[in-house]
Amino acid sequence: MTTATVSPVETSRSLKSRILGAPSAGPLLVLIGFCLIFALSNPRFLATHNLSIILQQTVIIGVLAIGQTLVILTAGIDLAVGAICVLGTIVAGKLVNLGYDPVLSMGFAILLCTAAGLAAGGLVSGLRLPPFIVTLGILGILTAALRLISEGGAFPVRDPFLAWTGNTMKLGGFVLTYGVLIMFALYAVVWYLLNQTKWGRHVYAIGNNTEAARLVGIPVRRHLLSVYLLAGLIYGIAAWLALGRIPNADPNAMQSANLDSITAVVIGGTSLFGGRGGLIGTLIGALIVGVLRNGLTLAGIDPLWQDLVTGILVIIAVALDQMSRRKS
Amino acid sequence: MSAETTPLQATETKPHIVLEARNVVKTYGHVTALDGVDFELRAGEILAVVGDNGAGKSTLIKALTGALHPTSGEILLDGVPIHFKGPLDARHAGIETVYQDLAVAPALDIASNLFLGRELRAPGLLGSLFRRLDKKRMREEARRAMNELKFRLPAIDNPVESLSGGQRQGVAVARAALFARKLVIMDEPTAALGVRETGQVLELIRSIRDRGLPVVLISHNMPNVFDIADRIHIMRLGRRAAVVSPKTHTMNDVVAIMTGAATA
Repeated sequence: MTTATVSPVETSRSLKSRILGAPSAGPLLVLIGFCLIFALSNPRFLATHNLSIILQQTVIIGVLAIGQTLVILTAGIDLAVGAICVLGTIVAGKLVNLGYDPVLSMGFAILLCTAAGLAAGGLVSGLRLPPFIVTLGILGILTAALRLISEGGAFPVRDPFLAWTGNTMKLGGFVLTYGVLIMFALYAVVWYLLNQTKWGRHVYAIGNNTEAARLVGIPVRRHLLSVYLLAGLIYGIAAWLALGRIPNADPNAMQSANLDSITAVVIGGTSLFGGRGGLIGTLIGALIVGVLRNGLTLAGIDPLWQDLVTGILVIIAVALDQMSRRKS
Repeated sequence: MSAETTPLQATETKPHIVLEARNVVKTYGHVTALDGVDFELRAGEILAVVGDNGAGKSTLIKALTGALHPTSGEILLDGVPIHFKGPLDARHAGIETVYQDLAVAPALDIASNLFLGRELRAPGLLGSLFRRLDKKRMREEARRAMNELKFRLPAIDNPVESLSGGQRQGVAVARAALFARKLVIMDEPTAALGVRETGQVLELIRSIRDRGLPVVLISHNMPNVFDIADRIHIMRLGRRAAVVSPKTHTMNDVVAIMTGAATA
């Protein structure tokens, strides 16, 4: 007795169009392309030893880029990424060297980084200042303050807990530092938050159309605050990972971390205009930068070429984003 | 059987009033935006609100949706006096509003936009502890709702930016219809659309009415108003000048009342 009615709404997009349409499909092809080129030109590139070095070199920028992705998805930008991370290394290092408990010191340092993120978020959401200016200001303040605290110089940090993330474990001939595992775990957790929860959905909605988000009842300011807070927490964890790689607290470190993290995010296909992109792309973007550095070094090419190629990739990524936005 | 029941019919046919305003005044200093306006939305109707610029249309709508507080007067929802502190209160009371600018998140898919701000969580521990979204159920319910409204759309997991302007506004209108329990207010919903797309959205508004949800439609476009409204509320100088039916009055009549050249 039932009559077949033609449903006005199609059921679902095909699997093929979903895979090809995924925002991280392009960056993944670029990553595979570079790997192929380097593997063919130098057999040492694919050695497990070399691959695990690439991962270790990617850890810090990779983790900082998680926070950067969150901020950029809300149509912001974070120029205090590196400075907040250095805040973590200096504070933890100073406290431990003064004889405080290493776990509490690191915890306090991470808390301070979170507070720095919260401050940025408060200025952006409360006073409605542009994120670019707010984080530029925080970058300046922190950089100067940290040089004053550490009297200008770097100092060694020798503590097994602070260096713990540099420890290694073997996974079938593959050497992984705990830092690499923590990086992947952070990607998994934040990916879940962004893609499987209301919180993440609202991050995208705010970056897409703040006014629409407000109209449907999303507490936009509170949400922005939570984004910057989480970003600060992630930069604090990155500080711990940084001490695991190099047991040294240096106020002049991470000068290029801001641009490197933005590079990873942009190459990974996240739009600087907000609301588009995602974390898988950022991981691929960070790996592209890592693979490029490593491959060109193995090939004995002047390091300046690394920056040149990275620069070209950034411009291509932004151009592609602009073109796809204009089309729609 | 008995003839005694007949007098009752007169009261039975009296329509239920969903939203009502009585003698609402709103002044800003010396300026009187609303000068004792009355308003009445009946169950199951599309009520158009028309008026010249400055006649008080927007102010009236803002008072009805809690976006501003009347200086004096009463607003009743289902016969109960209400005092909205803000638009969120109105929404909690079951009143949804659609605006002329397309209030959608373009990069999110249709289902996500329909459920934006009211996402469904997965059942059990996954939802309560891990806060996991129930994307499948949201897609299914979104598809069902759009089918019920007979609104033609591409796949429900397509981003909204791949839709035409009319389809995008259709998503915003459908979202309001999906969550409104009492009524939907539409503020110039077709102002940004072309002729054909306007037709799609008007059709959607009609099918929302046919499903039993009353609609308040604010519009400048007389042909549209005469196309779908059941009654027309005409504002003039901060008051209700008249309520007329498109069946008994012409567009010229309505314009004459709007401008004060005639009275109802």
